[in-house]
Amino acid sequence: MKGMLDLDLEQILRCRKAADLVAKSVLAFAGERTTVSIERATLRLLGVEGADDTGVPLVNRVVEKAIHLVPGGIMLPFAKAMMDTGSNAQETALAISNGQIELCEDAYQSKTVIDYADHLAAEAVARIHKTVSTRNELLERLGEGQRPLLYVIVASGNIFEDVVSAKVCVDAGAQVIAVIRSTAQSLLDYVPEGTTTEGYGGTYATQANFRVMRQALDEASKEAGRYVRLCNYASGLCMPEMAVLGAVERLDMMLNDALYGILFRDINMQRTLTDQAFSRLVSAAGGIIINTGEDNYLTTADAVESAHTVLASQFINEALALRCGLKPWQIGLGHAMEMDPDTEDMLVLELAQAKMAREIFPDCPLKYMPPTKHMTGDIFKGHVQDALFSLVSVMSDQGIHLLGMMTEAMHTPHIHDRVLALQATRMVMGAARHLGDEISFVPGGRIQKRAQEVLAKATELICSVADGGIFNALEKGHFADVSRGPESGRGLEGVYVKAAWYSNPIEDLLKKQVEWRGASNNE
Amino acid sequence: MNSKQSDKAKMAPNVDPHAVLPYGDTLNDGLVQVSFSLPVALSPEATEAAKRTCIQMGLKEPSVYHQADLGHGFSYYIVYGKLTKPVDFARIVVPKLQETVASFDEINDRIKRKLGRRIVVIGACTGSDAHTVGIDAIMNMKGYKGEYGLERYPQFEAHNLGSQVPNEVLLRRAIELKADAILVSQIVTQKDVHLSNLAELADMLEAQGLRERVVLVCGGPRINHEIALELGYDAGFGAGSSPTQVASFVADEVIRRH
Repeated sequence: MKGMLDLDLEQILRCRKAADLVAKSVLAFAGERTTVSIERATLRLLGVEGADDTGVPLVNRVVEKAIHLVPGGIMLPFAKAMMDTGSNAQETALAISNGQIELCEDAYQSKTVIDYADHLAAEAVARIHKTVSTRNELLERLGEGQRPLLYVIVASGNIFEDVVSAKVCVDAGAQVIAVIRSTAQSLLDYVPEGTTTEGYGGTYATQANFRVMRQALDEASKEAGRYVRLCNYASGLCMPEMAVLGAVERLDMMLNDALYGILFRDINMQRTLTDQAFSRLVSAAGGIIINTGEDNYLTTADAVESAHTVLASQFINEALALRCGLKPWQIGLGHAMEMDPDTEDMLVLELAQAKMAREIFPDCPLKYMPPTKHMTGDIFKGHVQDALFSLVSVMSDQGIHLLGMMTEAMHTPHIHDRVLALQATRMVMGAARHLGDEISFVPGGRIQKRAQEVLAKATELICSVADGGIFNALEKGHFADVSRGPESGRGLEGVYVKAAWYSNPIEDLLKKQVEWRGASNNE
Repeated sequence: MNSKQSDKAKMAPNVDPHAVLPYGDTLNDGLVQVSFSLPVALSPEATEAAKRTCIQMGLKEPSVYHQADLGHGFSYYIVYGKLTKPVDFARIVVPKLQETVASFDEINDRIKRKLGRRIVVIGACTGSDAHTVGIDAIMNMKGYKGEYGLERYPQFEAHNLGSQVPNEVLLRRAIELKADAILVSQIVTQKDVHLSNLAELADMLEAQGLRERVVLVCGGPRINHEIALELGYDAGFGAGSSPTQVASFVADEVIRRH
């Protein structure tokens, strides 16, 4: 099929093949490793939650005490302890944390332990399935409204204030509420506990905060007569655990990027690439839509010059996601409108870019991010920039539209800033709802040429990444102008090469349930 | 926006520099616009409350031009009113940075001639702040608004440590690299955490006995030169500051101290 942009289908195919090679080698690398966070995530799936009296999460305690067992996987020794003591996962974790029992190595060979662990895995997976069917029932009954889904951020630092803002936003038309996470959480190697009332730059992503907001949005959904999705982060050092909490607490979207932590948080690449495979597996099973973070590239690099790096990264994120069992509808590839608004033809270039992403990834709910870099504190100008953004978004049929705020770059939005943004966005999108269906682009014109040019440059980049490998590309600073080495960054000490007897029955079962391809060859 | 000292003398015709009022369309009409929400549902009483809120601000004749119920017990207002208390403009004095900003070539040339070696600059987003857009604009090779960042200057040896750098690490690296200048960016600021964070770094530098030798500069949307001086910094750069402004200041200041 020839699209509106007359893109070279041969080039797109080459990009997909190259990205798939990259994804395959990343997953081969990740498949040989586990991390402390993957093991903790496994314990969470077994039902371990809460912290000890010093505030350290029980899952951290257990993994610390049994750190020598991490290469073989924590689950079999843990299952054996449960069997031996006849207690549930939570009680067992407490007993280990208190030093009453110790995990030992003789679990790996025992057939009865393996059978019991398989039974526990089935229970854990059933828990995820139950959340999925609840969501599906609600979506079936209530629907969720037209796309692009209007996505609004709340970020007061107090989850209970966030609930108030979220409900006002839902009344004004918001379809997705994202709760911003405290700035430094991505670097914590544990998931904090409890509700947050005084966070910096957001609230902690905790199981308790997830529950508070999920309950509030369920109430709001009922009142509004449409299902409102909840979004948080599966990123940072605890990426796998966050994905698990999202899957069991019915989050519908999670920010999850293969490269973001490496580039922008200086997290070690071995750690993140291993963690993201597990987190995507869980998200795949949990019916979660992941949101990738390519928009961030343009906050450090120039949006006109570096547009192709966004596309190249989208191909890689897509390939990794598909190999991890996510369906295209679950892959919310990120991109952003970050060109300088005073550039002549900015709207033309941005439309080309947005439309290009749409044509190349027709079944992915692209997540389109608003202007941030060139927002100035002039709220009136900002409101107009956001209106242009909404116009491009609706014309190019984006899936998830993160609302621009006129107070971007100033402070967390005031309650009316969000309502004004929703009203303006709905007005623009309503007014231009079918505009995109009614136009075609001049053959060989500016829009077609721009899209073709970006695709050509992306093809070149991604083929070179496939040749040299992703580690090399990251080291050379191909993405976002940031350079990272394989041994540098945070969290490397939490990465372990799997022993030959490594076992994680939950992971194995999840892989059977989704179309996990991992590093296997294409048939 | 960058202003010059001479701008202070410029004003519209017939303005009394000792009594300056906001301007709508007629001199001294005092007209201002305000918008805000109240945590009460929209009602005639709520609209009256919005008017009285403006009167509390010192506005005369407040007119509520727009009001809307936001649901869940909130309402929103756009109000215009007249301010009657003027400011004595003539008496205002604001500390400022250097008047003239040199160009890329001038700066490099000046360092080469007057210092005879490269200036070592280290930059970071400190504390929990993960937003590197400011420090990147100033330091990255590509720079910002068509101006090259410090990494591109042949006469600067620029080290950008990125985001979430603890003050201790920044200081340690500064000592290791024998930095001539430290640039700190603070973007996300909640409950004024950026201020204590910045002050802490200045104190630590002082405690190491390096304060005299190292030029200390901060920047961010809620930073200005005056705040920077109060915090013990040599200069502060607000939103919209360009790489050459920073480079110019750092070069002159390092040269001056040697």
